[in-house]
This record gives sequence, C-alpha cells and structure tokens, in this order.
Amino acid sequence: MGATFSVLLLGGLGALFGALLGLASKKFQVLIDLKTDKIRAVLPAIDCGACGYVLCEGFAKAVAEGKADPLGCVPGNPKTAHAVADILGISVTTADPVMAVVHCKGGRAEAAERCVYDGIPDCHAAIVAGYGSKVCPDGCLGLGSCVAACHFNALSISADNVAVANPDKCVGCGACVAACPRAIIGLVPRVHKIFLACSNRDFGEKVTSYCSVGCTACEACVDCTPSGAIAMNGNLPVLDYSREENFIVAVHKCPSRCFVDLIKTRPKVNIDVKCDGCGNCVLFCPVDAIRGEPGKRYVIEKDKCIGCGLCLNQCHVHAIALWGGLGYSQKTKGKWHKS
Amino acid sequence: MNTASMIQISLGAVLINNFVLTRMLGLCPFLNVSNKISNATGLGMAVTFVMTMASAVAWIVDSTVLAPHNAAYLRIVVFILIIASLTQLVEMALQKYSPALFESFGKYLPLVTTNCAVLAAALIATMENPYTGRPFTFLEAFINGVMSGAGFTLVLILMAGIKGKLECVNVWKPLEGLPIALITAGLIALAFLGFSGLHPPIAAGGF
Repeated sequence: MGATFSVLLLGGLGALFGALLGLASKKFQVLIDLKTDKIRAVLPAIDCGACGYVLCEGFAKAVAEGKADPLGCVPGNPKTAHAVADILGISVTTADPVMAVVHCKGGRAEAAERCVYDGIPDCHAAIVAGYGSKVCPDGCLGLGSCVAACHFNALSISADNVAVANPDKCVGCGACVAACPRAIIGLVPRVHKIFLACSNRDFGEKVTSYCSVGCTACEACVDCTPSGAIAMNGNLPVLDYSREENFIVAVHKCPSRCFVDLIKTRPKVNIDVKCDGCGNCVLFCPVDAIRGEPGKRYVIEKDKCIGCGLCLNQCHVHAIALWGGLGYSQKTKGKWHKS
Repeated sequence: MNTASMIQISLGAVLINNFVLTRMLGLCPFLNVSNKISNATGLGMAVTFVMTMASAVAWIVDSTVLAPHNAAYLRIVVFILIIASLTQLVEMALQKYSPALFESFGKYLPLVTTNCAVLAAALIATMENPYTGRPFTFLEAFINGVMSGAGFTLVLILMAGIKGKLECVNVWKPLEGLPIALITAGLIALAFLGFSGLHPPIAAGGF
C-alpha cells in the first residue's frame, strides 16, 4: 500500500508539475532573436569589456539590436568583425589591429626614487599615498595595476620594475590603458614596431637629473625625420603612424635612447657590384655607415648600419638592397636563429 | 497569530537560527560569493524569493497531501520536485514579464534550484514552531521563509563586503582564498552566537 501510494503520489505530482511547466512555457514564451546567439558564438567569450559591455553576451545582444558597432569587439578583430558582419548581412572594413605599449622604460637602474613605497601593491593606491615613489611624475610605478587588468597575461613587471607589454599576447583591447592611473599605456598600430618609451613632460636637465632614459625634449628625433612624421607636443615627440615613415633613424639619434624598437635585429644594407661609385648615397646616410672612394664600389659598415633604408631610393643604378629578414639574425655558425 | 510571535519568528530566522551561520546550510554560495556586494544582493534576493515560495507551497502540499496520508517520509523528494519546478516557473515568468529583474537575478535562479538552504526552509515550514510548540500555520511558515531568506542575504552581503576588504590586504600565503574565508566565516558565526541571548524561553521540542 505504502509503495503504491508513494509511486502514485510522486508520479502524479511529477505529471502535474510537468504539465504546469509545459503550459507555462507556452504562456510565457519569449521570442529571442536568433542573431544574438549566433553573434555570441563567434565572439571570443572572454568578457574583457573593451566593447563597453560587461559580458560578451551583452555586446552580442546590442549588436543584434543595432545599438552597438559590429566592429566593437577589439580582441577578435578583424576576424570576429567579419564573422559578425556576415551574420548581420552587412559588409565592414576593419581598422588596423593595435597593440598596447608602455610609454616608460625607466626602471630601478635608470629612474631615481624619492622614497620607499610600502603600501597596498596597486598603482592607484600609490598615487593616492604621495603620488608614488618615483621622482618622475609620469614614470611607471611598476605595481602592476595593468597586469591585473589584462585578461591575456600580455603585461608583466620586468625585473627592473617597469611594466612591459608582450605584443605576441596583446589583443589590443585597451583594458590596461584604462587601468593605468598615470595614463602611460597607449595603443599603437601593430605594423609599427617602434614607439616612444617616455611620457615625461619636463624639459632638459631637469629630466636627466632623475632619469637616464627620459625624454629631454631635445627635438633630435624631429630634426632627423624630414618627413615631418614626428612633431613636438608638450615637450614630448608625437609619432604620426599614419605617415610613411619607419622612425628607425629617430631610434638611433635619440641621445637618451627613449625609443623602443621591438625588432632587435633590423636588416642591413648591402651594396652590390652594380655600384658605379657616384657617392650619392653617402649624403643620405644618417649614421655615416657608407664609406668608399668616388668611382669605386662603396661598402657598408655593417656595425654602423641601422637598416633605415634611406639610401635605397637614392641609388640611380639600383645597387643597394636590404639583407636579412625581419627579426632574424645570421649567427656565426651559419644557422638561422630567431631572436 | 499576533505581532509578538511574528517578531519572534523573524528575529529567530534572521539572527538566532541564521541559515548560514547557525544551521551551516548554503555554505557553497556563502564561501564562493564574489567580492561584489551587488552580486551578493542579487543572489540573496533570488534565494529569498524561492525560499518564500517554496515554504508556502511546501506547507500547502504537506498539510493537504502528505500529512493526511501519513507520508512524511516522502517530504524531501517531493520538496525537491516542488523547488525545481518553482524555480523554472519563476524564471520563465520573470523572463516574460520583467526582463530587467531577469537580467539582475535570473542567472542566479538555476543555482538556487539545488541549494540545500532552500530545501531546509521547505522542510522547516512543515515542522513545529519552536515558540508555540504547535505546527507552523501558513502565515508563520510564509514569514519564516521570507526572514530565513533575509538572514541568508544579510550574511551573503556581509561576506561580500569582507571579501572586498580582504582583496586589499596581504594575507599570509597558505591562508589565501578559501582558508581565510572559512576563518572569517567562523568569526562571524561566533559573533552571531551572541544573538542566541535574544532567544525567549522556548517550548520543548524546538530546534
């Protein structure tokens, strides 16, 4: 009796609730836009927040409703943008992918400290407590607010106590840019491997008194870039990445070595046998790496050549070429070695 | 039912017999709650809502079907059925009629379905009132459900606030994360022990 009763009771209750839920699902039916699910499926699902929405789901919904820009997903660009556009049935043109760079390289060895900070290990906290321990008002505090903000482990604090962005891991979402209380992290186009690693707006000797790699606003970089792609703004050079300019000369002409070139081994120039010894190229070499006598084949001093390529277009017999691939250097043993 | 017994039940559910700290139920959401007070509030609201509904429906089902047929042994399995269906129903209704509310705590509802604190609230609703010695009336069970949820929410918010503060201090490495959360929980429970003094003399057979 007991067993029959309990089976009947549970079965009956189960059937009742099942029927109730079935009815409810008909009555409370909500039509969901299928686009939302489709868009969410192509998003990276990392909830980085670069689009302005907390969750990827929120962004997917906003895009499906036409409230958000289909290009808004920064980490997934440009692949995701095209996938989203396919779902919406529109065509889009994507912007150049960007990467985060830290505009400071003054570590313990280079930049002077004025006190010892022993508080909460967070840049914002250090700013509140006496504006940080560095003398430089714009130097990286090295406490890692950006590291904590990064979803991709692309940022780290170097042994020298400066934040460094790893371009291989960075997706350009800009979370670190927002997290830095000193606003010294910026986004630069991925195709450019050179950026200024200083945000200091002081001038001349004042800078050298507390940082050996600080920009003194000497304008050497402006002078050596005739294309005009570098302009001074508030005692700091601004690199115009939209111009046709590779900035390699500026890297080597900067007396404080403020620039960072992510490519350690640039290709070097070689002059082949077509050279008729006109000597025109010598006039254009910014580092005096070309030597020779008029009328004979000129040679390149490989130690001096920086691979800026300024001489290439000046040769009327096309005897000059760049040798060596990007990021590769020829080891003495004859093996190609990735740097 | 008079005001005094209403206050008795409320105080008892929120402070004296707090679900998390005294009964040690619902520890999973309590320990894993994020350090955001808004999240804790959302989860707390969802639990309160389901607890109240579950207490009321469990009381009705118990007094109309189970008790008359002398089938108290079926309580747990029937209540689980009730809670799961209720949560589903509430989720659907919210999605239809209040998308804003659904956004704010809809995502917590599936978590609540299998929460032991909710099942306990339903079971307690069928027990006897420790203050009167008689079984809970419907209104008493209802109030007990609301207040148990309120107590749960209170402790959840307390814990979220403390976790937020813990983020900013250097915790000894071996104690980071769950251990320090458990120690904190123990200390809060000790503090809540002080409320047991509020207990009026209860009839025999109470919990």
